[in-house]
Amino acid sequence: MAAFEKLVRQYDRQVFRIAQHIVQNREDAEDVVQDAFLKAYEKLDQFQGNSKFYTWLVRIAVNESLMRLRKRRTGRMVSIDEDVETEEGSMPRDLADWSPDPEALYGQSEMADILRKTIQGLPPGFRVVFALRDVEGLSTEETAETLGLSVPAVKSRLLRARLQLRERLSRYFKKGMGGAQEALAQGGVK
Amino acid sequence: MTCTEFLAQLDEMLDQDAAIPLRADLEEHLRECEHCEITLNTTRKTIEIYRSHEIYALPDDLRERLHAAIMAKCRKC
Repeated sequence: MAAFEKLVRQYDRQVFRIAQHIVQNREDAEDVVQDAFLKAYEKLDQFQGNSKFYTWLVRIAVNESLMRLRKRRTGRMVSIDEDVETEEGSMPRDLADWSPDPEALYGQSEMADILRKTIQGLPPGFRVVFALRDVEGLSTEETAETLGLSVPAVKSRLLRARLQLRERLSRYFKKGMGGAQEALAQGGVK
Repeated sequence: MTCTEFLAQLDEMLDQDAAIPLRADLEEHLRECEHCEITLNTTRKTIEIYRSHEIYALPDDLRERLHAAIMAKCRKC
């Protein structure tokens, strides 16, 4: 029990962050953290040493998160394959360069609002790949194993997630006077 | 090399994979194509910004509450 408690302390922040990326709702993310650790505890005997404990735990947390999303959408199926067949983001459209220091354009909490709002617009199947690979720092292979996807599928989703986020952030960060003020005027940042 | 071919390799450039077979071609394309250079640099910045901002922080009080709830449930197992 003490050893498991240590694991909870070690990974709770990551599990909460991953859950938030998928469910986009704090209450649901809290439930996911509890359910994921409880499930991990119940199934500890099934944990095979052939994968890292962390990636095993992340897989449980991702599945719990998708179940929560499904419940919230009143039974409609949600999977990591949802909405990923779009061509959006496969080709950049906004080719304006960014301000040399885009982070200086906004305060800390304003920036966090922009980043949350921007990632919310991505389909869950893109959000989760971006969160695991680029935010949590899992390798492409670990991300594929965790999500039950092939390596080429992870690469394809990651590229499109990155390009879509870049495209959406451009309206806030692009060079010149227009960018920040224009986005604020359109109610882009609250 | 076309912009579409460059974009197909964008992840390898972003991940700075030393073993990119077409690295010389990609770098040559970058020197000649401002659009792809901007796309590469701003996509790299996108990743850096998301990595460096904790947008879903777990506050200490919530963390303690979750921790207590998890351990209480586990003890009942």
